[in-house]
Amino acid sequence: MTDDLIARLTDELQPAPKRAVPRRLAIGLGAGIFVAAVAMLLWLGLRPDLAEAVFGMMYWWKFLYTAIFAALAFWAAARLARPGGSMRKPMVALFALVAFAGAMGIAQLIIMPPEMSRELVMGGSALLCPFYIVALSIPVYAATALVMRRLAPTNLAGAGFAAGLLAGSAASWVYAFHCTENGMPFLAIWYTTGILIAAVLGAILGRWALRW
Amino acid sequence: MTPTADNEARLKPLMLATLAGDQRAYRALLAELRTHLVRYYARRLNNPAAADDLVQETLMAIHTRRLTYDPTQPFTAWLHAIARYKLIDHFRRSKLRQTLPLEEDAAIFAADDAGDATARMDVDAVLATLPDRPAALIRQVKLEGASIAEAAGRAGMSETAAKVAIHRGLKALTARFIGGAK
Repeated sequence: MTDDLIARLTDELQPAPKRAVPRRLAIGLGAGIFVAAVAMLLWLGLRPDLAEAVFGMMYWWKFLYTAIFAALAFWAAARLARPGGSMRKPMVALFALVAFAGAMGIAQLIIMPPEMSRELVMGGSALLCPFYIVALSIPVYAATALVMRRLAPTNLAGAGFAAGLLAGSAASWVYAFHCTENGMPFLAIWYTTGILIAAVLGAILGRWALRW
Repeated sequence: MTPTADNEARLKPLMLATLAGDQRAYRALLAELRTHLVRYYARRLNNPAAADDLVQETLMAIHTRRLTYDPTQPFTAWLHAIARYKLIDHFRRSKLRQTLPLEEDAAIFAADDAGDATARMDVDAVLATLPDRPAALIRQVKLEGASIAEAAGRAGMSETAAKVAIHRGLKALTARFIGGAK
């Protein structure tokens, strides 16, 4: 019986496409971001002051923090989509990124007058922000998980965590086009919290959703 | 399937040729992997049928997911991760199967009703390895089609106790004669 199987598999053999893992993951991610962006536009809308905001530093800090976060999470997800993949290196890089954002936030709190602290940390949407990020991460997680389960993750919770980090950071990048907050501490605390919630949910779901 | 340098040096070039579409290399690779996998699963399961299924499933997974192999990494590590995943997956699934309600396996035993004499003797021999009371309960409920209430009444025990005794008895038999179904 195994002989028949081997004969059949040999007959079916086609050359394998190169770099298929990152390419497929990127397609899933792109589809997920598209849905999240449409959802953001219809549900939350662009920030009304976008035209002026692009000349401010904070707009670009948010843009860069979430984009670099997503790039590192993509690296982690691509590694864990393969058998035996480890995410140690991407996690070290992510930790450094979060530590950097945290340090910038603390620096801003020290430089700015103390009566500004509350505004810099809590802004006007502190608790809504993680909620929106998690909500917008749902389509991104669904799309990446669909791709991942057709690859070969062997550490399902880890792969789900990486997919959740990717979904959360991509969603926070989309959300940054809506969000009008201007505090570095706000970014470091609430954006990161939203991404981490998405990652933990992703890890829990992954044990079941990524099975193959 | 220890990832020795020797295996790696032999198998990796075959895998690289396979990814390029070389059928002859692929046939040689699968033949080697088969012997490795048979040994791998036989050593970890004392259930030859399940081990055989796992060998086939793993070969199929290697086939459909071969593009997840990164040529810059060792091939044996990739192979081992897949084989191990399939083994864990097997344990997870057989655990699920064991929690099926007791009634589910009635049909399997009922088929023995019309069985020939040898099968019946086998069943007798198997049941003889259990203590008398659970053996009698299993015989009445599973072979003769009595309800649990009837059998419990005859044995002078509560229905729940009868159910538990039957379940434990079947589990003991499974462990003894099928083995490996953890």
